[in-house]
Formats: sequence, C-alpha cells, structure tokens
Amino acid sequence: MIFGADEMNIRRSARARRNEDMACSEVRGGYVGLRGIEEEWGLLMRAALDGDSAAYRRLLASLTPHLRTVTRRNCARIGLDRGEAEDIVQEVLLAIHLKRHTWDVDRPFGPWIMTIARNKLIDARRRRGNRLTLPIDDLADIVTAEGSDDATDRGDLDCLLGGLGERQRDLVRSLSVEGRSVQETAERLKMSEGAVRVALHRAIKALAALYRGSGDEN
Amino acid sequence: MRTEDLINALVADLTVSKASFRRILVGGMALGSVIAAVEFLFWIGVRPDIGDAMETARFLFKFVVTLCLAATAARLLSRLATPGVSTGFWAWAWLAAPMLLMVAVAAELIVTPETAWWSRLVGTNARFCLMLIPFLSIGPLACILAALRQGAPTRPGLTGAVAGLVASGIAATLYASHCTDDSPLFVATWYSLAIGLVAVVGYVIGSRVLRW
Repeated sequence: MIFGADEMNIRRSARARRNEDMACSEVRGGYVGLRGIEEEWGLLMRAALDGDSAAYRRLLASLTPHLRTVTRRNCARIGLDRGEAEDIVQEVLLAIHLKRHTWDVDRPFGPWIMTIARNKLIDARRRRGNRLTLPIDDLADIVTAEGSDDATDRGDLDCLLGGLGERQRDLVRSLSVEGRSVQETAERLKMSEGAVRVALHRAIKALAALYRGSGDEN
Repeated sequence: MRTEDLINALVADLTVSKASFRRILVGGMALGSVIAAVEFLFWIGVRPDIGDAMETARFLFKFVVTLCLAATAARLLSRLATPGVSTGFWAWAWLAAPMLLMVAVAAELIVTPETAWWSRLVGTNARFCLMLIPFLSIGPLACILAALRQGAPTRPGLTGAVAGLVASGIAATLYASHCTDDSPLFVATWYSLAIGLVAVVGYVIGSRVLRW
C-alpha cells in the first residue's frame, strides 16, 4: 500500500539476491568464512565507534571490494554500467559513514550493512532508471570480490564536489586525494584543526545530500 | 575521486563519541513529551473534576488506550529507523490500542441504552479534541522527526506516519485528562480522527525529510 509495485519488486528481488549472495559465499568460503568476516567487520566497527581510525580504515577498505561485487552484480541486472556501480559504492560508503551510529553493537553487523547497501541500490535504480544505459552481459555477474583494483568511477563524486564551495572543495581534496592529515590541512589552509573537522563533516553531509538530490532533476 | 580517496576523507571525519541513535530517539521523544506537557499545563489544564473522574473506569480507560498506542508505536518506530532490524511482532503490536478500544465500544453499546448512543458519540468537546490533539502533537512530532533524521529509516513515509502515532499518542494522553467526554464511543470517533490526521501529516513530512 505504501510502496509502488515496482519498489516491491526491487525489494523482493534484492532479498532473493541477498540469499544468492549468501549461498555463493557459502560455496566459496564456507559458512564459517562468512560468519568470520561478519564478526571481524563487527569488531572493527566497534573499535571505530570508539574512535579507532586505523580500525575504521581497515573496515572500509575490507568492505569496499565486497560492496563492489554486490553492487556490480545488481547494476548488471538493472542495466547500469560499471562506472555507475563504483559511484554507488561511494554512495554506500558515505551512508555507512553518516549512519554508523545506527548500528546497535549488540546486533550482528551483516543485516545492518546489507540494509544500508540495499537501500542505496534501490535509490540508485530509482534515480538512474530513466537514464539510457547499455545493459552488460551476464559475465559481469561473475566478477569476484578480488577484483578490487579496477575501480573506474564515472566521476559523479567529482561533479558533486563542484557543487561545494571552493574552499570546502579544496579542503576535501587535501584530505582525500592528496591524503594529507587534518593537521597538515589545517596548516595549509590556515584554519584551526577544529574548523577543518567541522568543515569536513559539513562537506561529507553535503555530498551525501547532493547524491540524494541529483536524481530529483532527472 | 577514487574510492580510496573517499575513504581517506571518511576516516579523517571519524569522531570519537557520538550518542547511539537509540539514545537520540529516546531523547527526542522525552523532549517532545516535556514540550507538550508544558503547553498543556499552561494553556489547557486538567478538568476541574479530575478527582472524581479518577474513580471512573471510562476515564481511566482513555489512558490505557493512549499510553498503549504511544508505547507500541514507539517500539515500532525505533525498529523502522534502525537498518537490519526486522519489525516482526512490533509491526502489529500497535493494533492493540484500536482493538482494546473496539472491545470497549462493544461493552459501551451493551451497557448503555440505545437512545444515549448518539449523544455520547457526539459528546461536548469534539471540536476541542480535533484541535487540541493535533496542536499538542506539534512539539513531539518535530522532536521525533528531528531525532529520526539521525536514524536510517528505509521507509521514510511509513516511519513518518508511525512518528505521528507516537506524537499524537503523547498528545492524546495529555488531552484525555482535560476532556470530559469519557465514553469509548467518543474516544473511538474523535480521538481516532485527530490521531489519524497527525499520522497523515507525519507521513507527508516523513516522506520528504527522512530520506537519506
């Protein structure tokens, strides 16, 4: 009643696909492997929530190839290309970051991450559904989690960065592409570290909002 | 920007302590309740004969229904806004309040003569009920929606509607101590209308502001 029939279909097929994903993982790594990695992510996330940035980096780096595989498989099915899949991966990472405190540390991590990813995939489909893209063949479905180096985003995030102010863009570039620390960035831009942190957080929220809004024009 | 670069930015933005979403939501509900209670005490107030009313089952039953609605809807709300948690039992538990009310309506129809039904249903305060419950809901609804923006509801409209149920459950609990119409026939008609209205408003606002 609340959803359109289309959305219901996506939800249902997303669930079916998740089961497939689980089944594949069982074949590949065994059930214990799947549980193991979920537990490891949970531990890393718990440490991250306590402020451990090394654990947080490991978590995001470890999640990314898996998200990429799942996203590409889904994108192939709904006729989006790989470049868009990478943009969706980035969008999912933004969502994980901004919503990380909604994970209840007493609950398993798997359902949480799958719900976040699924929600972003549904969004992406709704947003880009009208855009004409060539469907790629089934081979793309067999992309494995190991293929993590061939990330080719279409640069949606760069376009969105253009939507930020010049100073904010400079700051984000310094912390991301140039890989500088908050301290170095603060010195370079002649800001206090606190101001850099506040500006970065605003920029990240603005990016997520721009992603969300970029579909409304389509 | 490569994904690895984005991860750099996200790691740089990691802050140490941020309250868990559950705590934020409980805080939002508590703050909303306080706002509604203050508004109620300043502008509306309890009915003058509250001492006598406390001894009647019909009066007390109003609180059973409204508190039941607020509590069950609050549990459902927290689940709707937390990713990876199924609503399960709580998807249906909020129906306990309307079902209780239906049982009370049936009892009222049995114990009162048919000629009194209409006047009890119409009551004397219907207009106030329809205005004051939505009015008292504004504060709680605003606080709860603000808290929910920190959450991650996968169904923004539905979540907004349930936020409306919680807010109007709080508002109706306060209003019930002012209202002199205690018949379940009155409550089932006018309280339900007022609460339904707030839920619809919650749905409309929620589907706009709760996307993430």
